[in-house]
Amino acid sequence: MKKQLFALLFALVPLTAMAAPLPEQPFSMTPDINDEASLQRGMQLYVNYCMGCHSLEHQRFSRAATDLGMPQDLVEENLIFSSALAFNDQMRIAMEGDDGESWFGVAPPDLTLFNRIKGPDYIYSYLLGFYRDASQPLGVNNIVLEASAMPNVLEPLQGVQEMVCAESDRPIEGAELDPLSGKYQSCEVLQVTQPGKLEPDEFEEAVYDLTNFLVYVGEPSKLKAQALGPKVLIFIFIFGVIAYLLKREYWRDVH
Amino acid sequence: MADNGVNRGRRRFLVGATTVVGAVGAVGVAVPFVASWQPSARARAAGAPVRADISQLEPGQRITVEWRGRPVWIISRTEEMIERTENSDPGRFSDPDSERPQQPAYITGPLRSSRPEIGVLIGICTHLGCSPLYRPEPDAVDMDDWPGGFFCPCHGSYFDLAGRVFRNVPAPTNLEVPPYRFEGDDIIVGEDEESA
Amino acid sequence: MANPNKAKAEKGLMRWVDDRFPATQMIQDHLTKYYAPKNFNFFYIFGVLALLVLVNQILTGVWLTMSYNPSGEGAFASVEYIMRDVEWGWLIRYLHSTGASAFFVVIYLHMFRALLYGSYKAPRELVWIFGMAIYLLLMAEAFMGYLLPWGQMSYWGAQVIISLFATIPFVGPDLAQWIRGDFLISGITLNRFFALHVVALPIVILALVVLHIIALHEVGSNNPDGIDIKEKKDESGKPLDGIPFHPYYTVKDLVGIAIFLFVFAAVVFYFPEGGGYFLERPNFEPANPMVTPDHIAPVWYFTPFYAILRAITFDIGPLQAEFLGVVFMGGAIAVLFVLPWLDRSPVRSMRYKGWMSKSMLIIFALSFVILGILGAIPATPIRTAVAQLCTVLYFAFFLLMPFYTRMENTKPVPERVTG
Repeated sequence: MKKQLFALLFALVPLTAMAAPLPEQPFSMTPDINDEASLQRGMQLYVNYCMGCHSLEHQRFSRAATDLGMPQDLVEENLIFSSALAFNDQMRIAMEGDDGESWFGVAPPDLTLFNRIKGPDYIYSYLLGFYRDASQPLGVNNIVLEASAMPNVLEPLQGVQEMVCAESDRPIEGAELDPLSGKYQSCEVLQVTQPGKLEPDEFEEAVYDLTNFLVYVGEPSKLKAQALGPKVLIFIFIFGVIAYLLKREYWRDVH
Repeated sequence: MADNGVNRGRRRFLVGATTVVGAVGAVGVAVPFVASWQPSARARAAGAPVRADISQLEPGQRITVEWRGRPVWIISRTEEMIERTENSDPGRFSDPDSERPQQPAYITGPLRSSRPEIGVLIGICTHLGCSPLYRPEPDAVDMDDWPGGFFCPCHGSYFDLAGRVFRNVPAPTNLEVPPYRFEGDDIIVGEDEESA
Repeated sequence: MANPNKAKAEKGLMRWVDDRFPATQMIQDHLTKYYAPKNFNFFYIFGVLALLVLVNQILTGVWLTMSYNPSGEGAFASVEYIMRDVEWGWLIRYLHSTGASAFFVVIYLHMFRALLYGSYKAPRELVWIFGMAIYLLLMAEAFMGYLLPWGQMSYWGAQVIISLFATIPFVGPDLAQWIRGDFLISGITLNRFFALHVVALPIVILALVVLHIIALHEVGSNNPDGIDIKEKKDESGKPLDGIPFHPYYTVKDLVGIAIFLFVFAAVVFYFPEGGGYFLERPNFEPANPMVTPDHIAPVWYFTPFYAILRAITFDIGPLQAEFLGVVFMGGAIAVLFVLPWLDRSPVRSMRYKGWMSKSMLIIFALSFVILGILGAIPATPIRTAVAQLCTVLYFAFFLLMPFYTRMENTKPVPERVTG
C-alpha cells in the first residue's frame, strides 16, 4: 500500500509541475543576465531607440549602473539624456500617456515588467519580425503582433526587411522541407532587401542584447537570488545532515 | 527505552552542533528582516545630495535648500559679519571650538565653514527641532552685544552666525553642519569634500 | 487556588515562574510527556511544516505591510517598490508568495494523511473540524491576499469569485455589491480585503490552530495503524507504543524541516513564479477594469474547486447552472466537514480497510488532481465532460462512504503498532 501511494504521489508530480506554457514564437533566445557587456549594450540601445516612448518606471538608472557595473559619471554622460532625470531616478519618459495615444492610437506601454508578462522569445521575435507592408498605416507590419501600432524604430540599424518568397534554413509554419536542399520553401520568409548600418547577424546580436536587458529589468533581484541561493541551499543541507545524525542518535532508544 | 548503551558524549555533541548551526541559521534569517528597515532606494534617492547655484547669492543673503527633509541654510557672510563672529568672546558659547561632533571633520575654526564667506547649517534647533529665525543684524534680538545669528522662537535658544550655541539657553549643542563641497558656481550639500 | 498536583520545577527561576504560570506543566503536557505513537511515517511531518509555513507567512506578511500601499493607485507600484527599492524586499516578498503555495501543498498532504489513516474518526472529530475550519479560512485568506498585488489576475480572479455570490437567487447581486463596496472591484474593495487579510483572518486562523492542537493533545495523535496507544500502558502509566514528543519527534521533525526548507529555498531563489502557477504572468500587468486577460485561471490550489464550478453546465428545474455550480463547489468543501460521520468502518487506517475503501481513496485522489489540472486550463467540451465525471467521483467518495465502509470486509487490527 505504502509503495503504491508513493508511486501515485510521484506520478502526479510531473503533471502538476507542467509549466503554464507561453505561446511558441518564431525566434527564440536564451537570456543571460550575467553577461554584463550584453546588458550594457542593451541598455544603450534601449535609451537610444526605445526610451523616447517606452518608460521603465520601476527601474532606476542607479540600480542598473550598480548591477551592470557602470560608473555613475559614465551613465550620466551617456545614458541620461533628459535634464529632468537624475542618476537616482527611475527611467521615466517625458511623453504623456495621451500624446502616445494620439500619435500611435495606443499609449506605448511601460516595459519594466514586459518580459515577465510575455517572455523573452516574444520580445526577441517581435523586434526581429518587422517587415514592410504598404497596407499598414505606418508602412510596416509585424509577424508576432499583426498590425502592430509601433513603427520599426530599429530600421536604421536593420535595414529594410521584407516578406518574400524564398528558401529558408529555419522551419516555417505551413512550409514543407525540401528533402534535396534541406531548406524550406515559403512565401513568408523575412529578408533584408536594403542593408542598414548593421549586418543581419550583428543586428540579431543587438536585438539579443536589447531583449537581454529587458529580461534583466523585469527582475533585477534575480542577480541577488542567484548569488545567494547556493549558499543558502548548502547551509540547509549541512543543517539537515547534522539534524539527521542527531535524530539517528536519539532514535537508538526506540525499538 | 532504557538508558543503557547511550553515548552521552556523542549525544551532547550533536545537540550542541544542531543548536549552533540552527542559531546561525536563525541569525541568517533575521538579517533580511533587520536590513529591510534600512532606507530604501526611494528614500536614498530622495536623500541624495542637493546641488544649489550660489553665484547669485548676495552678501548677507541666506537661501534655504531641502536636504533629507530638513532645511539647509546657505548664508553669504559679509566682511563685517565674519569679523563680528570671529571677535565674539568664546566664553559666551557652550562649545566655541566645535569640539562636539556636530560637523564633518574638515569643518573647523570659529566660523565653522570651509570658506569664511559661505556658512552652511542645518536649520533645525538642537533643542527640540524647531527652525530658528535669521537675525543677522546687531541689536536684532534682546541681548547685549548680539553678533548676529539665529534665534529659536520655540524655547529661546540663541546661535551666532556660525551656528555656535550661546551659554544658558535650552539648546545643548551647536547647529549641525552638513557635509558639503563646492563645484564651480555650485555647492553640493550632502557630499563630503573627500569623496569628490 | 492553583492545582497542587501541577508539575513544578524544584527551585530557581523556573520555580518562581511555575508558582505564577504553569510553564513546566505545559512543557510536559505538550512536549516532554506528550506521548506520540512511535510508528509515525513520512506523512506525519506536514502538521509541523504547516506551523512553520504559518510562522513564515506571518513574519514576512508583517514586513510586507511596512512597505505595501493598499490603494488602487499605489498597490501595484508598491509591490515593485518592495521588489526593487526595499532592501531585501524581493526575498521577503518571494518568501510570502512561495509560502502561500507551500501552505496549500503541506495542508493538502496533511489532509490526505487524515483520509489515509482515519485521523478524523472518533474521538478526533473536533480535531478534524477545527482543521477544516482552518482550511476554509486559509482559502479566504489566500483569495484576499491574491487581490493585493493589484495585477490583472488579482483583479479578474477576484471579479470571478465575487461574481459567484451574485448567482445566489434573489439576494445575489446586492450581496456581491456589498462585498465589493462599489459597483466594480475598486480601491474600496482592495482596502477591505487588505484589512481582512492582514488583521482579521490571521487572528481567527491563529486561534483555530491553537484549538486544533489543544483538541489533538487532549485525545492524542492517531498513527498509521489507527490503533489507540493509550489502551496498552506500562505499570507507570506510559503508553507502551508511545514515545515522548520531545526529544524524539522534535529531532525527527528537524530532519523533515531541513528537507522541506531545502525545496522551499530552491523555489524561492530559482523558481519564484512556480512555472507561472505561483505567480501568474498576467499579474505583472496592473489591474485594468477595461481589459480581461485571454485566459483566467485561479491559483493552482483553487483549481479543483474551480473545475467543479465550471463542470456544472446544465440547469436543474428552476435552478440556473451558474448557481448550481456555486452550490456544488460549496458542497465539495462542505462535505469534508461531515466526513467523520460518513465513515462507518470499524477500523481507522486504510491498512486494515477493505479493497473498496482503498479503491475509492485512489479514485478520489486522482479525480481531485485531474480536476486541479482541468481548472488551470481553458475548458473544451471534452474537458468539461471529464470534469463532470471527476465531480461525480469526488462526491461518490463521500456520499457512498457510509455504504462501502460498512459492506466491505476489514482486516484484523493488531494489538500493538507495527514498525
